[in-house]
Order: sequence, then C-alpha cells, then structure tokens
Amino acid sequence: MTEEIIIAGFGGQGVLSMGKILAYSGVMQNKEVSWMPSYGPEMRGGTANVTVIISDERISSPILNSFDTAIILNQQSLDKFEKAVKPGGLLIYDPNGITRTPARKDINIYSIAAADEAGKLGLSKIFNMIVLGGFLKLKPLVAPEYIHKGLEKSLPARHHKLIPDNEKAINIGKDLIEAVQVLN
Amino acid sequence: MGELRLMKGNEAVAEAAIRAGCDGYFGYPITPQSEVMEYLMAERPHERTGMVVLQAESEVAAINMLYGGAGTGKMVMTSSSSPGISLMQEGLSYMAGAELPAVVVNIVRGGPGLGTIQPSQADYFQAVKGGGHGDYKLIVLAPASVQEMCDHTKLGFDLAFKYRNPVMILSDGAIGQMMEKVVLFDPIPRRSNEELIKQNPWAATGKQKNREHIIITSLDLDPAGQERVNLKLQAKYREIEKNEVMYETLGCEDAEYVFVAFGLSARICQKSMDLARAKGIKVGLFRPITLFPFPVKPIHNLGKKVKGMLVVEMNAGQMIEDVRLSVGCNIKIEHYGRFGGIIPTPDEVVLALETQIIGG
Repeated sequence: MTEEIIIAGFGGQGVLSMGKILAYSGVMQNKEVSWMPSYGPEMRGGTANVTVIISDERISSPILNSFDTAIILNQQSLDKFEKAVKPGGLLIYDPNGITRTPARKDINIYSIAAADEAGKLGLSKIFNMIVLGGFLKLKPLVAPEYIHKGLEKSLPARHHKLIPDNEKAINIGKDLIEAVQVLN
Repeated sequence: MGELRLMKGNEAVAEAAIRAGCDGYFGYPITPQSEVMEYLMAERPHERTGMVVLQAESEVAAINMLYGGAGTGKMVMTSSSSPGISLMQEGLSYMAGAELPAVVVNIVRGGPGLGTIQPSQADYFQAVKGGGHGDYKLIVLAPASVQEMCDHTKLGFDLAFKYRNPVMILSDGAIGQMMEKVVLFDPIPRRSNEELIKQNPWAATGKQKNREHIIITSLDLDPAGQERVNLKLQAKYREIEKNEVMYETLGCEDAEYVFVAFGLSARICQKSMDLARAKGIKVGLFRPITLFPFPVKPIHNLGKKVKGMLVVEMNAGQMIEDVRLSVGCNIKIEHYGRFGGIIPTPDEVVLALETQIIGG
C-alpha cells in the first residue's frame, strides 16, 4: 500500500500541520512516511502545500507530479492540482471560496464544508481536522488510536488539552463529507 | 531499537550532533538550513550534555571558531547553505592543511551568487574538488533521507577523527526541509578532558612537562617541508579512497541501463526506475553515498555490464565528469539536470532516459 497525497490551501489554514498529524500517525502505526512542504517565498502570504506519502514500503521520491488524493482548500490550489490527480484518484475540496468547481469525470470528487461548520461551532482553529476526518472516512489509512498518538506527538505538550477537540473535529468531518456528481 | 521520531532533515542533523557527543556548534543562519541552529537553541544541549551552541557574527567567524575548537581536539560542527559555505572555503582549506577534524553541513540551494532558497546540487564541484585553495580533499557524504541525515552526522564525526580531516555532509534544501521517520541512535556521552587528551595526542590541550609544544598550523615556509605535508595528505587521501567508499545499488542485477544519482536525485530516480520498469525498460540505480571517496571501481565494473548511463543531478552536469572518468569506456553516458532550485519530476527523468540514452 502506498498513498500519495497533496494537501494545498492558503498559508495559515493548517495545511502543513494537517499533513504532519497524518504523517506522525502513520509513523506511530509503523508505516513509512514522508512530508515534503513547499517552502520559501510562496509561504509568505500565498499558497501553502505539502506532499504526504504513507506506505508499507520504502518511499522513493518525496516529490511527485501526480497524486492518489488531492485535498484542496482554495481556488488557486484547485486550479493547480485538479489535473494532478491520477485517473481513478480522489479529490476532496472545501467549497468555501470556490467559484469554479472541479470538472473531471475520471476521478472521485467529494466536498466537505469544513470552514462553514467550524465557524458555526466556533472551532475555527481545528477546521483542518474536520477536513482530515473527511479524508480518513474515505481512506482509513491509519486507525483512530494511532491518530491519537500522532496528535500527542505533533502537538506541543501545552496544547495537549486540545486533543479531544481535535478528535471531535475528525468525527464531525466523517459525517460531513459528501460525494459530488460532475454534471455535463 | 532507538527512539522513533518524525523529523525534518535539518532537525535530525542537530539531534544527531547532540547524541554523537558533539562539543560545540558554531553557525550563522541562512535558509534553507536555519532549523539546525533553531533546533539546537531550543533543545538547550548545554543542559543535556554540556555542548556549546553559538551564533557567530558571520560564516567566516563560524568556520574559524571550528578551527580553534578542532585544534584543541574538540568535536565541532557547523552548518550553512551554499553562499555561506562559499564564505567558509578559506577556513576549510586551512583546516584540511592543519589536519583538523570537523563536520560541515551544506544544505545546498540554487546558485550561483545569492541564487534561490530552493534545493540544488550545484555545489558538487565545490565540495568534491576543493572549493578552497591548495591540494586538499574533504570527505564528502551525500545523505538521501532524513535517516541518513542523522546517521551521516555521527559517521561524519567518526571519519573526521579517524583521518583528522574535515568532513562535509552535502545535502539539499528538500532533504533539509522534509520530514521522515527517523530511528535515533542512543546518546553517546561527550568525552571527558582526560579521554580527549588520550585519544587526540596531536591536539593543543595545554603544555605538558613531558612533551614538546604542539603547534596547529597550515603554514610551512620551507617548500621542502610543505611538500612533505602535501605528500602526507595525499597518502591519507589514498587511504581514505581504499577504505571508505560507500554506495547503494538498486535493480542493477538485470539492468541494461542505469541512473547514477546522489542525494535527492537518487530518490527521484528510484521512482523513475519503477515507472520505467513498468514500461518494460530494464533500468537500475547506482547511488554514490560517499562523493569523496568516489566509488570509482564499482561504477567502472557496472559500466562493463550496461548499455548506457543517465547521470541525474540538480545542476548542469558535475558528477557526470567523475562517472565518465570512472567508466572510461565507450558506453553512452549523458546528463539530465534542472537548475536554480527546480527539482526534476520522475516522469521527465524517464523521458530523458528514453530520448537521450535509449533512443539517442
């Protein structure tokens, strides 16, 4: 099993930390992982993205040009990465701020209104965990107990009190995600 | 098994230095390697092991602090990225001349000049062929994973002291910034002063009544004396070439073609290898782990078995010169590279193999 994932959005949306929690959970479940961020000028105020690979085997290239799954949190990232999903692959997006919805018919498309939901619940900081929950519903790569360990390892000790909220958000995401049919 | 962590390459270097029993780190911040010193400052190793971490006023100062520390037999290290490493070249030449052990980490970024902050391998020549003045060699290690960033830091100190020679870890911005699973080795206690003096009788550790002065220098105004220094250095380099070559091969047993690549490029080529083999192309991968000493003989022998080699580097063609010198026969050896911080994709490497080597 190898899952190649791109997570992309605005800087500050928690893209990198979502990837880190996913990767660390994979480590705790004894998977091979790599986490390769975009870094540099584009992080300062623009888009941020991270490539996460989780595998049972030694990982070759940490840098990829096509993905099994794209998790997309803004329009620029949708424009850039929709075409990079492998045929038969998965695209998850948050419709908040999206004006041109995905159009490919050879991939599976799901939407998750995580930003709206997080706003309603007053939990805007764990918006990214709602999205992660949606992804894990569709691709349960790591078991919940390892997600818990991954959260413990990736969050500094002073934030460990937030772990229950994070786990709650993951469960909310599992209920929230829905399939999207691309119409002609 | 050691402690399991998810870490950036830069952080793994820093943690490995603490665990290896390093006495002092001296550096100056530069992207994409600033996490090395950030991690060290946050970890406060002075409280864990007594290791000193100091931000110098410049890279020139940092490398000369290394000279001083190494001269007293201490286990010292610095890290920087391309422009900063250029500033250190004079110091590295002096350290090689004075036969001083140290580990210098170069997290390479795109050049020339101030260049970019994105990953590159364009400092191969500088690391392997000298960089500073005079006939000298650094031992050069090329990690291709976060695990190797950790392991090579410890190996670097071992080799530096074994041969009394500076060791360079030649990595790049991607391996520095990416996170992977690392199994950390158990901490090794820092040497006591008594152990240090016993293990390093050459070091300037204070005048003892029962021995002559120890002078650490790279200066000998008598050319005959300086020739003797050079002959001694060259004999040491031949010894290193004999003993320390490291490389990895993947899928070379039945290969008709091979990718030759180090560091991040080798990781990309591993993916390209899978893609090409799915198309029925029998291609393998040869990855030099030590760039000096270069794996001359293994590449020469591989050259007798295959039809062609594609040398993939994030530069305009540097290691290819050593590959061609090693093979020394009439098979096709071409280069594929991207520059200035652009990373080649696995697909474009396969295309290069098909057009430049197989169909070329």
